[in-house]
Amino acid sequence: MKWVKVIVSFILTLSFLSFPSCAFQSDELLVDDEEFGLEGAPQHRSPEPIPTRSPPVTSPTRKRHSDLDSDSKIQFSLDHAFGDSDFSPAGTFSARLKTWSHGGQTLTKLRFSRNSFSDVEKEKFKNLLESDDFYRIRLPSNVLNPPGRDFIISSVKARCLPRESLDEHFVIHMEGVNVLAVNYGSPGSCPYPRNLKLPAKWSFSSHTVLKNSEQAPRAPVFTEEILGGENAEGEVVQPAERSFWAKYWMYLIPLGLIVMNAITQAMNMPEEQATGQVPAQGQPSAGAVRRGPSSAVRRR
Amino acid sequence: MAIMSFIFVFFFFSSLQPILSLYEDQVGLMDWHQQYIGKVKQAVFHTHKTGRKRVVASTEQNIIATLDLRSGEIFWRHVLGPNDVVDGIDIALGKYVITLSSGGSILRAWNLPDGQMVWESSLHGPKHSKSLLLTTNLIIEKDNSLIVFSNGRLNAVSCIDGEVLWKKDFEEESLEVQQVIQPPGSDFIYVVGFAASSQFETYKINAKNGELLKHESTAFSGRFSGEVSLVSSETVAALDSTGSILLTISFHNGKISSQQTPVSNLLEDSPGLAVIIHSSVTGIFAIKTDAATIFIRVIGEGKLEVVEKTNHETVVSDALTISEGQQAFALVQHAGSNIHLTVKPAHDWDSNLLKESIKMDQQRGFVHKVFINNYIRTDRSHGFRALIVMEDHSLLLLQQGAIVWSREDGLASIIDVTTSELPVEKAGVSVAKVELNLFEWLKGHVLKLKGTLMLATPEDIAAIQYMRLKSSEKSKMTRDHNGFRKLLIALTRAGKLFALHTGDGRIVWSHLLQSLHKSESCRQPIGLNLHQWQVPHHHALDENPSVLVVGRCGPSSDALGVLSLVDSYTGKEFSSLRLVHSVAQVIPLPYTDSTEQRLHLLIDADKHAHLYPKTPEAIDIFQSEFSNVYWYSVDDDNGIIKGYALKTKCSGNVADEFCFDSRELWSIVLPSESEKIITTATRKLNEAVHTQAKLIADQDVMYKYISSNLLFVATVAPKASGEIGSVTPEESWLVVYLIDTVTGRVLHRMTHHGSQGPVQAVLSENWVVYHYFNLRAHRYEMSVIEIYDQSRADNKDVWKLVVGNHNLTSPVSSYSRAEVITKSQSYFFTHSLKAIAVTLTVKGITSKQLLIGTIGDQVLALDKRFLDPRRSVNPTQAEREEGIIPLTDSLPIIPQSYITHSLRVEGLQSIITVAAKLESTTLVFAHGLDLFFTHYAPSRTYDSLTEDFSYALLLITIVALVAAIFVTWILSQRKELQDRWR
Repeated sequence: MKWVKVIVSFILTLSFLSFPSCAFQSDELLVDDEEFGLEGAPQHRSPEPIPTRSPPVTSPTRKRHSDLDSDSKIQFSLDHAFGDSDFSPAGTFSARLKTWSHGGQTLTKLRFSRNSFSDVEKEKFKNLLESDDFYRIRLPSNVLNPPGRDFIISSVKARCLPRESLDEHFVIHMEGVNVLAVNYGSPGSCPYPRNLKLPAKWSFSSHTVLKNSEQAPRAPVFTEEILGGENAEGEVVQPAERSFWAKYWMYLIPLGLIVMNAITQAMNMPEEQATGQVPAQGQPSAGAVRRGPSSAVRRR
Repeated sequence: MAIMSFIFVFFFFSSLQPILSLYEDQVGLMDWHQQYIGKVKQAVFHTHKTGRKRVVASTEQNIIATLDLRSGEIFWRHVLGPNDVVDGIDIALGKYVITLSSGGSILRAWNLPDGQMVWESSLHGPKHSKSLLLTTNLIIEKDNSLIVFSNGRLNAVSCIDGEVLWKKDFEEESLEVQQVIQPPGSDFIYVVGFAASSQFETYKINAKNGELLKHESTAFSGRFSGEVSLVSSETVAALDSTGSILLTISFHNGKISSQQTPVSNLLEDSPGLAVIIHSSVTGIFAIKTDAATIFIRVIGEGKLEVVEKTNHETVVSDALTISEGQQAFALVQHAGSNIHLTVKPAHDWDSNLLKESIKMDQQRGFVHKVFINNYIRTDRSHGFRALIVMEDHSLLLLQQGAIVWSREDGLASIIDVTTSELPVEKAGVSVAKVELNLFEWLKGHVLKLKGTLMLATPEDIAAIQYMRLKSSEKSKMTRDHNGFRKLLIALTRAGKLFALHTGDGRIVWSHLLQSLHKSESCRQPIGLNLHQWQVPHHHALDENPSVLVVGRCGPSSDALGVLSLVDSYTGKEFSSLRLVHSVAQVIPLPYTDSTEQRLHLLIDADKHAHLYPKTPEAIDIFQSEFSNVYWYSVDDDNGIIKGYALKTKCSGNVADEFCFDSRELWSIVLPSESEKIITTATRKLNEAVHTQAKLIADQDVMYKYISSNLLFVATVAPKASGEIGSVTPEESWLVVYLIDTVTGRVLHRMTHHGSQGPVQAVLSENWVVYHYFNLRAHRYEMSVIEIYDQSRADNKDVWKLVVGNHNLTSPVSSYSRAEVITKSQSYFFTHSLKAIAVTLTVKGITSKQLLIGTIGDQVLALDKRFLDPRRSVNPTQAEREEGIIPLTDSLPIIPQSYITHSLRVEGLQSIITVAAKLESTTLVFAHGLDLFFTHYAPSRTYDSLTEDFSYALLLITIVALVAAIFVTWILSQRKELQDRWR
């Protein structure tokens, strides 16, 4: 019992010790580590990434993980354009670059700080809303030496964004340090007859998700169950031999009906003969009806 | 309840046998098969022996075939494969067909009567060179021998077993050997060629042992251009590289003497650049300039004389030895709708051995090649027959001024296929006229009845079978109720359009497209694809349907485009356009104008969109949907996929209101060091999906993510884009993407480690199936991805549906965030694939089957249920009832489900499925070198009676039933009467 107590108290102290440090990471979910830290071993990754929600203001940088040599901080910018205008800076993504022992590099702990709209931009955005035009964003295709080969462009109809504030949702598909594609749009639905709606607040609430490739499921390998598999196949392999019944059912059913009809006729005939001679007890009314006229005839 | 479950179980068991296979007597009822050989490159006649007369041909599709000279039927044929190009063929010993292929490195002998390979020997040499095959009647060590020059080495090969008797290398780096000549009756060989393009070299070689007897060379001031023409066994004619000076070089006894004659001396007007035509007629050679073909005779020591100058398109054959020391050759010239075939003796230009004029179908174009052969007529004079190859790749045999047979070998190289409906049956045409008369109809049914009751004699059975095969019903030229009769419209590489009847595969019409004809402005026209331009069905029934043929002038994507519109009933080209822009992409829009012409958007290389037809009505229709038009482009070389929308009218050039600028909406950039696009697949535009919901085992519903804008992309590691086995599993991977092409969202991305292309994929409804090679398992695999929409998943509540609080009827927008889940699974598959397709039915109710073009050139049907990602090792009872098959590691290949049954579609390229009007049936057309067409019912013909259903038996049954009813009725009446009298 004493041992148990000691252990419990130990755990308690540990948890109390660790809790303040957790609280210290105000805007960074611990899930991040699990979520984005294991990309080097994608087979263990859960397929459903959990979105990180970051506030629109730039968060202060911290140096807690600086003891890990292989990590370095990088930043890359998000540009936007209104309709066909030129691209201008709209925000910054910051992330940790993790170098793995096997040489691969991945990004973790992606955070996003969005510049708020200037008045000119607000006006431009309003114009977009009115004309139901595209709001376009772009990212470099390589985060280490931007822009890489080309920019990754994505666009959305501007009317999809406004809700309470301007809601946007990024899904960034990455392969190592390369950005392959970005899905950009509203976090919810955007039904087709898009109505003009101005946002109540001119600030962005951004959700970002980083996605890496999933591992495809392997073909199942059977060693012992091969027999079972063959049986299952064999079940299907059965040649589609058309049976006699399948071929001639349309004749057999009428034939059956005739036969049945004939049988009932045959059954009825002796019965009727019987009723004609000796009225059965079960059919008194019929007997009565028949007897009526016949007796009349006899009377005559 | 019990009854319900009984019915359910009954249906379940009846659906457990999904395989539809043919019975032996059903072959040829629904299907037809046609065999072709392609455009003939070289032909050799074999007519010496008594027995079947044949012609051996090699084609540009690398086929060796022997044809019956009487009928043009194929005796046998061998497809040598795409990398095994035939360099030369000949007949040796009167019984072997000798072929030299693969750049002169493989020499094979085939047995002439049955096509079996007798021997094969591989010839290698020090360097790459021209390959020449020469059959001689030389006897070396008691063997008849062949002389082969290839890869810089001269070989003498025994005809009997292919053994190399001697070899002699010509290693000099710059030597280009042009001809290998054996003067008749001698036992030495001349090898002549150019060294460093300006030196003429002759080697005299002992044919018995390959010993070099003499080597001479002379320098020439200019440079030689490619070909030489053999004038005699010791004289050649050549042109210099400017094409203006003719050289005649004789090397009698090894002494070289040459003579230079400027071309302008022979012709008054300056002819421009001349090219020498390859021929082997003694004493005469031909040069071709832009305007004319000029025949020049060599008289004595290098004196030249123009014998004829023809301005028509003229084709000349090789020389044919008709008797001792006498040679003849054939000339074919065009004159209007006729062609003139002239056979002349080599020594006397002015006399003709034969002159014939033959009416030729204009739709065959010009003559490209001619091969002649002689025979002894009944009056002991020489007769000639000529085999000609036309511009449309067809092959014709001419004899006695008539076309003996013709083969439409253009159909061996189909580029694209579309279908067209046949005309509606007019009210005036009664069925009886087309059908047989009543007596024959009755007779037929009596025969059928006998067959059903197993009373038929073997003759009757044969008659029944003949009747079934030749049924006039299936080859009528009108639309049928079931939609089985259609026209298959095929565009071939020769630029010819064919319409094939689906009933029996006959050619209804064919048309050589003028727009794809070589001309001044369009030097290298190629056909790209076919689209249905006008499909009248409602208010424009009087119009004939038409197809749009898109082509371009040249192989590069920025060459100018050509369009032509062809009436699909008559084959008339009623409009053709030379475009002022290139054609990179053709997008059929889902809008039609008042005459049912479909609007098409043509995207050029500069990403401008051009609207066709160019009518004000079209632009009105298009304006209203202007903002909803999106498209995408895939740049395989750079690994970039981009999406576009329309912006404004074209700026720059003068008011073209049918031209629009585009803007880039999204882009996906694949890292070039790790991914290379190898395959893309999209859904068919005309595919119908019956239901959006999929009921799964535990009474749960999943909603399919059905979007016509889904794009499947497969990429591999750049290293692994080569052949299978060139990389280790660690270095290769296959990444697959599902992309929404409106917004550029990547809906799903998945990596197969250790896998490699080639990838074949098919996308249908909400699933994609693809085939690739797994390096780790050393096997081919097929994977399936099914994609489901989660945003509609909460519509399962019945109350919501009743109250109307659901989003099932709301329009789907690509801009909504896609909440999708995917399910996938991989299975091993034995075969490698050439093509993959999926069955297509008119309403999409019938379950789907995959049609797999196997490496053996057959088409295999595989039930989609085998490729269900939800298969598990032990399915629950509910899942079993739903039809889920227990999990296995490999997909079964069921021999009965080959829909090509015993036939092969050689060189299978693609499988096209077309929906019939009957929901259960899909029409399948597979083409390659051969054509194959059949009807296929993935879940059996549940909605119609089978073809062998005996109506007569049904009729008799009904009559018998009625009679029985009457008899029993009368009997019972009588009985009753008796009773009453009692």
